[in-house]
Amino acid sequence: MNSAILSVRGVWKSFDEHPVLRGIDLEVGAHQAVVLIGASGSGKSTLLRCMNGLESVDAGTIILDGDVDVTGFDTDLDVVRRRIGIVFQSYNLFPHMTVLDNIALAPRKVLRRGRAECDDQARGLLARFGLEAKAGEYPDRLSGGQAQRVAIIRALAMEPEIMLFDEITSALDPLLVGEVLDAVRELKSGGLTIVMATHEMTFARDVADQVCFLQGGVVLEQGSPAQIFESPGEPETQQFLSRLPH
Amino acid sequence: MSVLAPAPGAAEVYRDPARQARVRRRARRDALVGMASLFGFVIVVSIVVSSSPGWPAVQETFFNGQEFISTFPGLLEAFWLNVRIFLVAEPLILIIGLLVALARTLRSPIFLPIRVVATLYVDIFRGVPTILVIFLLGFGVPALRIEGMPKDAVFWGTAALVLSYGAYVAEVFRAGIDSVHPSQRMAARSLGLSLFQTNRHVVLPQAVRNVVPPLLNDFISLQKDTALVAVLGPIEVLRRAQIDASSTFNYTPYVGAALIFIALTIPMTRFADWIQSRSRSRRRAGGTS
Repeated sequence: MNSAILSVRGVWKSFDEHPVLRGIDLEVGAHQAVVLIGASGSGKSTLLRCMNGLESVDAGTIILDGDVDVTGFDTDLDVVRRRIGIVFQSYNLFPHMTVLDNIALAPRKVLRRGRAECDDQARGLLARFGLEAKAGEYPDRLSGGQAQRVAIIRALAMEPEIMLFDEITSALDPLLVGEVLDAVRELKSGGLTIVMATHEMTFARDVADQVCFLQGGVVLEQGSPAQIFESPGEPETQQFLSRLPH
Repeated sequence: MSVLAPAPGAAEVYRDPARQARVRRRARRDALVGMASLFGFVIVVSIVVSSSPGWPAVQETFFNGQEFISTFPGLLEAFWLNVRIFLVAEPLILIIGLLVALARTLRSPIFLPIRVVATLYVDIFRGVPTILVIFLLGFGVPALRIEGMPKDAVFWGTAALVLSYGAYVAEVFRAGIDSVHPSQRMAARSLGLSLFQTNRHVVLPQAVRNVVPPLLNDFISLQKDTALVAVLGPIEVLRRAQIDASSTFNYTPYVGAALIFIALTIPMTRFADWIQSRSRSRRRAGGTS
């Protein structure tokens, strides 16, 4: 586990004079699931966005696979983003395209694969997540849970090495959270590397290899789920966990 | 109530017939009141206008049936030039508008000249009245006597309309591009799509859909403004009406020209309304297209 596929070192980021990340260090091992927990505004989303270059950092480095610096000035971010997929809280599906086209667009245009091949791949992925009947639908005909699973499939179609999940169940009806988390579980068992910001503590305990508690823009405490949830070392961690509904 | 309602859940849809009857009665009454009110209004206006001291003279000068019949075919024929100007100008305006709007979204420093030119173009042509642009191009450019440069008034009049409206339409397209939520761009970029691919496949299709109603509005405006080319001399519908009117000192041809424009713009306006309400209801229903 000493070969980290993604290592974040001393990352700082502020918006205007508002500090969000204040020196983040984080190692993500290959095929690991790292779960970021912490209050809203603790920097989880910003950290994820920095990891695939959607936000630039003010200081520090984020090294992908030991050789590509995501934060480098001359790094081709399009290449980085092919390797690191991200799924957002608000799905962000393309409303003017069918589900199938949403999924097949990037493989076709970015990887320059044939339409038939990409459509087949998309159909295969939809079937894997029980959504094959939705291929021809437009996004606004989907439930939140279906839309979010399509968003996951869309990112997955690029065959990324790492997937980032940014509070992907926070906008969902509680009844629909389960189907989305099941999809994540499925990816984890397939061996994909996952970094996930979430408020679903039961799920985190279940799936995470490593849990990081963020507060005030730093990783205050990290460790195995058992360690963090059963016997947190920091008083802030204890306080955060005790305030969550059980 | 004499009518028995179905048990809860026993029918898919149930509306109380007594309630329905009341709703229908009210709708009928509203329609009658509306008609009566409109009728009364028309009568009052007609009485006020026709009893005014100048009415007989106005009727003779503006609404002369004989004059109308004798000039209208000529007006229609001249209007064909307006239609041609419109048909040539409109596609060019769309192309220029889209290109300029896209040029203004370029952020790379190497494109600074393109961006500056696009911004200057919009600033200048949106600021100068269309009729002035027509004057300047129509009289100015031919006066340069550059070899091979067309001298045709219709050509320069159309070019002026294209430049003037291109600036407006560029702003409409730009507003459309801005109306696409930044998260769409972010989602596209996060999939590895380049800036160009993001614009081409994700931003523009949504932007264009959002601006169809305002674009139709500009089309309608352009249809009318083809008459401005008259200042350069070509015999389009307004010029024809002017000539007819000044030969008989009767202004009926102007009314005829106005009727021709209305006949064309009203269907276009209704079409724009229809498009707008359709896109609204589709968004509400969350339907497909």
